[in-house]
Amino acid sequence: MDFNVIVASQNGWEVLSISGEIDMATAPQFRKQLLDTINASLPTITPKLVLNLTSVDFIDSTGLGVLLGATKRVRGAGGDIRLVQNNPRLAELLAMTRLDQIIDVFASVAEATEGAAADAPSNTNSDASTGNDL
Amino acid sequence: MNNSSSFDIEITARAKYLSLVRSLVEEAAETKTSLSRTQVEDFKVAVSEATTNAIEAHARASSDETIKIRCTVDSERVEFRIADKGCGFYPDQIQPLPEPDDPDRLTFERGLGIYLMKVLADEVEIQSNKNGTEVTLVIQVGKSNTAVTE
Repeated sequence: MDFNVIVASQNGWEVLSISGEIDMATAPQFRKQLLDTINASLPTITPKLVLNLTSVDFIDSTGLGVLLGATKRVRGAGGDIRLVQNNPRLAELLAMTRLDQIIDVFASVAEATEGAAADAPSNTNSDASTGNDL
Repeated sequence: MNNSSSFDIEITARAKYLSLVRSLVEEAAETKTSLSRTQVEDFKVAVSEATTNAIEAHARASSDETIKIRCTVDSERVEFRIADKGCGFYPDQIQPLPEPDDPDRLTFERGLGIYLMKVLADEVEIQSNKNGTEVTLVIQVGKSNTAVTE
């Protein structure tokens, strides 16, 4: 199954560009990559992650659960996490699960690393767990 | 079903077969050219969710048995039936999705699968007991509303 993650730094953000399918088969790899990136920031700087999903062909509830776990972990460490996507299908899934009200979504990496969300949700969850699980 | 055709497959309970199952959904749906791309993509997610749950159920039950999938297509609908030999569950005890501003929402990493099935398929039927679970998912040609039976 095609799945790949490329990590790069941009404007103080760690940008993870994900491609392929995110499901039960690839979620462990996705989760590990996220954890590695978050833990690489800690404890010296708070993690600031942009997840570029524009090349994701498929995502299911397992993948969405990993996104939620990453959000909990990053916010628990005082950091920030943003999504980039321009796929109507993914937008629909994010809306159905209301993740688009929890995580800021941008149309491009440039916007995510430079601008503010047009409809930034009030997603302050200071009591989120800082455990190792995503 | 009138003038229906069907096929059966069995898969071992391994996540690597999920993409194969999604391909089968695509193949079956392609026989119904009136299905929109959105309907097909929605149905792929729904069937993938049901199969994921079946794989997890076999893992929990340490079952080496296969998961049985039957696809039936007729002029009005495409149906996938996914049957596992896990330990079953109680569909009416599934927690509802917390509101986005609920602090518990961030801990709700699992349990989205059945929710998505119900939203994305036109019909969902779940029959579960201690010997396993059978999920029937239907997409209706030219229709996109949702009905749920448990």
